[in-house]
Amino acid sequence: MSKVKIINGNEAAALGAKISRVQVVAAYPITPQSKIPETLVKYVDSGEMKAEFIRVESEHSAMTVCISASTVGARVFTATAANGLAYMHEQLHWAAGARLPIVMALANRGLGAPWTIFNDMQDSISQRDTGWMQVYCRDNQEIIDSIIMGYKITEQLHVPMMVCFDGFVLSHTVMPVEIPDQDQVDAFLPPYVPHLQVDGPEPININPVMLADPRVNAEGVDCPSYMGFRLRLQETLESAGDVILKVGQEFGEIFGRDYGCLLWEYRTDGADIILLSMGSLANEASLAVDQLRDKGYKAGVVALRVFRPFPAEPLRAALSDAKHVVIFDKNISYGNEGATCTETKAALFEGDERPVITNYIVGLGGKNVSFADLEAATLKALKRKGQMNGPHWLGVAV
Amino acid sequence: MTTKTVMQLPEEEYILPGTRACSGCGLSLAYRHILKALGEKVILTIPASCLTVLHGLYPSTSVRLTNINTAFATTAASATGIAAGLKALGKTDYTVVGIAGDGGTFDIGIQALSAAAERNTDFLYICYDNEGYMNTGTQRSSATPMGAFTTTTPGTKIEHKKDILAIMEAHSIPYMASASPAYPLDLFDKVVKAKTIYGTRFVHVHIPCAPGWGFPTDDLVKLAKLAVDTGMWVLYEVEGNVFRLTGRSRRMAGSGKKKPVDQYLKLQGRFKQVTAEQIDHLQAWVDNRWERYLQRHEVSNEA
Amino acid sequence: MVAKKDPFISACATLERGEAGRTGDWRAKRPIIDLSKCTPCKKQKDTCYLCWLYCPDGTINRGIPVEIDLEYCKGCGICAQVCPAKAITMEDEEDLLLKECAILNETEAGGEES
Repeated sequence: MSKVKIINGNEAAALGAKISRVQVVAAYPITPQSKIPETLVKYVDSGEMKAEFIRVESEHSAMTVCISASTVGARVFTATAANGLAYMHEQLHWAAGARLPIVMALANRGLGAPWTIFNDMQDSISQRDTGWMQVYCRDNQEIIDSIIMGYKITEQLHVPMMVCFDGFVLSHTVMPVEIPDQDQVDAFLPPYVPHLQVDGPEPININPVMLADPRVNAEGVDCPSYMGFRLRLQETLESAGDVILKVGQEFGEIFGRDYGCLLWEYRTDGADIILLSMGSLANEASLAVDQLRDKGYKAGVVALRVFRPFPAEPLRAALSDAKHVVIFDKNISYGNEGATCTETKAALFEGDERPVITNYIVGLGGKNVSFADLEAATLKALKRKGQMNGPHWLGVAV
Repeated sequence: MTTKTVMQLPEEEYILPGTRACSGCGLSLAYRHILKALGEKVILTIPASCLTVLHGLYPSTSVRLTNINTAFATTAASATGIAAGLKALGKTDYTVVGIAGDGGTFDIGIQALSAAAERNTDFLYICYDNEGYMNTGTQRSSATPMGAFTTTTPGTKIEHKKDILAIMEAHSIPYMASASPAYPLDLFDKVVKAKTIYGTRFVHVHIPCAPGWGFPTDDLVKLAKLAVDTGMWVLYEVEGNVFRLTGRSRRMAGSGKKKPVDQYLKLQGRFKQVTAEQIDHLQAWVDNRWERYLQRHEVSNEA
Repeated sequence: MVAKKDPFISACATLERGEAGRTGDWRAKRPIIDLSKCTPCKKQKDTCYLCWLYCPDGTINRGIPVEIDLEYCKGCGICAQVCPAKAITMEDEEDLLLKECAILNETEAGGEES
């Protein structure tokens, strides 16, 4: 039987790993994620969780341990944030290129310099092009559920996944979370079977040096080039949306919470104004939309649950009736605009009628964003009909 | 157990001929005997290095053991992951072996190596030391000796080689040794011994590199022997807290004979620019280290 | 969509002899063994084999007679230098090839005549 616990986001992430029967954990502490390794160590030391916990000296090594343990066939987990994720960067590419089903919890935090320990999404957005799937959670329930689903998805696709949630806003905030029943999780999530067998009868050399053109192996079989493997990763990510949907639906059938969607929508019926965001900001946007609806505006919320693979098709459908889309980004591609804004514009490029788009950069380094701020910003954008040069930085007085 | 004759070495080869390694490669020679010592039930992990090249280009490999290639800084962390994964899966009959060059060990990989050794991770780390970044075209590493030319020390290196074994010993690991391909039986025995011990084991192997150091390919063994005869390379092992000179170095300790370092230097193009002052420095550095080793060797022998 | 049975999910190399091709082609000098000087051959006893011990490429067999696999021998010359009986000499590969061609031509020419 599932039961409800009042826990914070970090505890939800740790429980997600435990209930997914992770076999190797390697993690390095960083605010605001530290509670995740601390919680997992307790599980392992008490015998509640049968896993190897490796106390690594850095995030670079944390990801490396996950890569090699996953290669030999163990289900692995790690967690990090901000500079820790940036330090992993090289190995994020390696994990995806090696096609390993690693699931990582990420407590989103701003990057130094200067130092901040508080929330924004600059860390994960900066890793957009590493070949990892990225899922963004609105609450603690989604954290535990996304991690369990994460293993099912990654082990089918052989592509790693980051489960992202806002640092402090979720990582340190307690809320009721339904903990799925272990037996049901075991039925939903079979043991991991690696795509390579390191202890097979024939020796293999995994991820060796490649050439630019296909070559023939000893059996006379044409083997892919470097680009051939890169194309396979891209094709897999292109098809990943369907797998995410299917697994989300299956999860819903068993556990009663349906994740058969790549986007979250709120009051979008008949809406011609859309507030677009990710993560916990979607909750504030929903409150702002309630206010706007009360004032007679036909407003709704679209939140990207999955950022990679980018859900361009469902996004186009969700925004098809929108006249004005106001995009709130907790990240900035310096010299351009927020990442979700750029990606949304690209997704809409094919359409005949394109909405007005306004981009706000919000909440960097933990700057508080209330629903009232989002409402006011939306009204301002509507008034100016999008005539705002470049992204507008919300709430920066000095 | 000590291997006394060539006939006692396994005839089995683990490297198929026709590798991409250079002609007269010191690493190929050392690796042949390392793999003979390791035998079956081994999983290797190797960072970007000459050894990556020796293992071959996709889709072929020349080595009869499974290898997991890994990023440059990560050898020891990768070995940790393999060991943890195998343990979690109950596959405890494998020996995990990380093999990296001096760049991957002394420089970019030292953080992960130090951490793995501090945790006493159950694996064998082999550093093959060709005293520079040979695979990228002979740049300086912290293992390059004083007075050597590299492409990033065109006026020769002014600092001494880093003492990696002293660093490893400071981690109180259960076994460490230095070895040379000029003495394959000694190398073989050390790897065999290291294979059986639990915890982090470290074997440091001298790898003369003909193209990188500037000597004729057929001089490999002669040069590697001279390194030992001059004390530029010393064969020893530390097991528990017991220090032992081994093989040729042990015999040198008995005879008291050690050749001057310039006999070793003058055979190599990389030391062409070495100054008289640098030779004195190198000689003093070698003599000082040798004296310390002799004292430790005697103390161990008395105990 | 990538088929599930794609054998190329990630790059994984398998064993092949001559991974870099016939590396004997790299050779500038060829080792020639004089078996009348070679210690194990002379004594008909498994002994010495320093050439086998020190060959970086594992192209020399440990047996009687000692043989070198010229298909893969890269011609480094270490065997010649370590041989205590001086039974191995390094000879210029080009000269040897020219000689071999000459012999071959003579044989062919002789064949035509008869």
